[in-house]
Amino acid sequence: MEQLYGIFVYAVFLLTMGGIYAVLTLGLNIQWGFTGLFNAGVAGFFAIGAYTTAFLTTAPSARHFGGFELPAGAGMVAAMVASALIAWGVARICIRLRSDYLAIATLGIAEIFRLVLKNETWATNGARGVSLIPKPFEHLPEPWNQVAMLLLVFAIVLVLYGLLERARRAPWGRVMSAIRENEAAARAAGKNVDKLRIEAFILGAAIMGLGGALMAHHIKFIDPNMAEPVSATFLVWVMLVIGGSANNRGAILGALLVWTIWSTTEIITTRLPTEWALKAAYLRIFLVGLALQLILQRYPGGIFRERRLRTSTTASNRGGGSHP
Amino acid sequence: MMDFVNFHLIPGVVLGSIYALGAIGVTLTFGILRFANFAHGETMTLGAYLTLTLVLLTGWHALLFLPVALALTALLVLAMDRMFFRPLRHAPSIILVIASFGLMLMVRSLVQVIWGTELQGFSKGITLPWVLFDSLRVFPKHVVILTAAIALMVAVHVLLRHTRTGKAMRAMSDSPELARLTGIDTERVVRATWIVGAGLAAAAGIFLAYDSHVETLMGFKMLLPVFASALLGGLGRPYGAMAGGLVIGVVEELSTYAWIGSEPLLPPGYKAGVAFAIMVAILIWRPSGLFRGRVF
Amino acid sequence: MAAERPVLVLDRVTGGYGGAEIIHEISIILGRGEIVTLIGPNGAGKSSVMNAVLGTLVIGGGRILLHGEDITGTPPERVVRRGVSYVPQTANVFPNLTVNENLEMGAYVRTDDFRPRMDEMYELFAPLAGRRRSPAGTLSGGQRQMVAIAKALMVEPDILLLDEPTAGLSPRFREEIFAVVEDVNARGTPILMVEQNARQALGIADRGYVLVDGRNRTDGTGAGLLADPEVGAMFLGGGTAEPAPAPSPGAPIGTPAGTARGEARAGRRDPDARPPSAPGARRR
Repeated sequence: MEQLYGIFVYAVFLLTMGGIYAVLTLGLNIQWGFTGLFNAGVAGFFAIGAYTTAFLTTAPSARHFGGFELPAGAGMVAAMVASALIAWGVARICIRLRSDYLAIATLGIAEIFRLVLKNETWATNGARGVSLIPKPFEHLPEPWNQVAMLLLVFAIVLVLYGLLERARRAPWGRVMSAIRENEAAARAAGKNVDKLRIEAFILGAAIMGLGGALMAHHIKFIDPNMAEPVSATFLVWVMLVIGGSANNRGAILGALLVWTIWSTTEIITTRLPTEWALKAAYLRIFLVGLALQLILQRYPGGIFRERRLRTSTTASNRGGGSHP
Repeated sequence: MMDFVNFHLIPGVVLGSIYALGAIGVTLTFGILRFANFAHGETMTLGAYLTLTLVLLTGWHALLFLPVALALTALLVLAMDRMFFRPLRHAPSIILVIASFGLMLMVRSLVQVIWGTELQGFSKGITLPWVLFDSLRVFPKHVVILTAAIALMVAVHVLLRHTRTGKAMRAMSDSPELARLTGIDTERVVRATWIVGAGLAAAAGIFLAYDSHVETLMGFKMLLPVFASALLGGLGRPYGAMAGGLVIGVVEELSTYAWIGSEPLLPPGYKAGVAFAIMVAILIWRPSGLFRGRVF
Repeated sequence: MAAERPVLVLDRVTGGYGGAEIIHEISIILGRGEIVTLIGPNGAGKSSVMNAVLGTLVIGGGRILLHGEDITGTPPERVVRRGVSYVPQTANVFPNLTVNENLEMGAYVRTDDFRPRMDEMYELFAPLAGRRRSPAGTLSGGQRQMVAIAKALMVEPDILLLDEPTAGLSPRFREEIFAVVEDVNARGTPILMVEQNARQALGIADRGYVLVDGRNRTDGTGAGLLADPEVGAMFLGGGTAEPAPAPSPGAPIGTPAGTARGEARAGRRDPDARPPSAPGARRR
């Protein structure tokens, strides 16, 4: 019985993490799936969100900046705003450039954030990170506080899904898909392509910031290594590509699927002898990378393929199924 | 003043020549295969680790293995192209970027599995610098690295200007479509590009390891400066990449010099950010680079 | 047909890109030593005919024969190796390569010594001789066009395909390019050419095909088409306000003042090399 309870709590914890990854993947889907913007710095926006809420919601501490004891909700909103502001700056510079440039630039920005978080010890406590971040519903008894957090995360995922689906079907989303299909034609039709792209980049980054904030509250701790390209950016990319770009439902399912595989294999690798455990952890990254390559080559549309919207058939397509 | 030359300018030029070697590969791949290869940093790591293995097996000097390590790295990269890039040859370039991003992490994790993550070195001993004119201190290893790097760059120049394959590489960089319509064997040119790019990257990794140490993240740490060098020189421009690498290396080292007062201008922890700052400046003011590469 | 086998035959070829059909049952014949020109309004499918030969158009039906062998759907690099050289309308030189290097790349598929051929090219295109070491991108439009044609001729092709070689050139350069085309042809290379400047093109062409909406409309000798009032009304109105008065066959208008090039050329050529085609225009 006790063991079952332990598994239950663990499962709730893992599912919550999966939900948070779904938030990050939805954010990336706006940038890449809808708009075709390659953001190799998901980790950076994740970190901005996580540290913003950490500074605002923790109790005052000599180890790091902030300590305003604001409620978690305020921290999350601030996290989105902070990510959005930074994204605005990034997008203004890079949005007109070829997609490769954006990839290089965003990777660089994420690395710069990591440097700042590591080096500005007075503000961030350096590599030791910020701890004691309050978790929503902490006052509830175990395991209900965990369950409540899970419900909160999935409520956020559902709300985001609903909003993004609406945006996708709205004129905004249709113009986005038009830009993706044929940018020249969209420009010729008088669409302000750059402005729309900047909007999409900012929106996606804000959602990633929210994901970072949720993660900070969920595990109550954040350090610069969590903004490492492997753990954040790469996993989120794999989730989106496997789930199917431009497909919100695919993004969520991809996140849950990859996270389940990722965390259950972790259970196996941690049980190995120490010297093997480390190697197995790296081997796991290798295998996920291999899975990504296979999907790119064999299922370029992802496992859950995009549902294409045509302007003329939008009404009939509402809530419609996937294209063959 | 001599501190400036000894501890900033000379190391800067040496680092710059290493970046230049890496940047040539990035710029060639971009010009001919039309994508930014994120796995290029790991190619440098591979070169360094292959050399390390040979050194540990034989106990000989690392630079003796330069040709072997270059060839082995090139072979591995050709195999990677075959498995991961060739099936996507006609896909949009951004898909290739994603594939290279995935490959970057695959190679890194495999290196970590095979060689472990602790720092290692080619040799245990410490070499003393030559002292010239009483105050100029020059490390023999720096002279060796610089000489070898220059020799490799001259070799690239000869290849691009005076061989049929090199000219075909430049032609394909100008226009892949016309190259195909001219009857140029584009797959052969692609293979040549990988061989040259991988060989130079391996050399860069080996020189960096020879100058400091071998570690699994060394390639990733070089990736941004190398991209910045290629961008600065204008993507698709090998000579620009050489110049760009030198500039980035020197500026990185000079950024920590005490220009004002006795404190370093920039805390050493931020040295890695210099390349990035230069890159952003280029992206804002001159996306085609100093030597007018391609923008799209 | 005569005993002489045409070098290139398009036999009721249909094709397009990604589902959209652009050319429908097009038939074209290029005989040995001929200049054949394709004319027609924009979007008539002239360039697509070239792409069909090169294997970059998706063929839905029909056959393409090179020296009687079926090459339908062969990819471009193989078509080039079989002796078909193509000069695209734009981006037809490597701008960062020198003129010399461009010609060298033109000879990429050759394994023998191509230097005599290169010297020949500098003879044929005299203005290039002084610019051997200049990057092709720094040349004038007319000279760049010469580099493109010279580059294509480096392999001593069996057929030269020219896609609007005079597009965007000033009248002076246009004259020069047409003269070069005639010169190249006179040395024995059959040429299939798409041209906007229909009057001049038909003036130097042995035969011409008029394409409309991706279909054969009319064909005939160059002179015959020039004389055809319908063709005149459709394509040759360019410079003159009215359709040109029907000239006598063999004295084409649109050629430089008074030089009856068509006849002069016909005279210096082995008549057997010409594929049989009825004099004057033949309507479908």
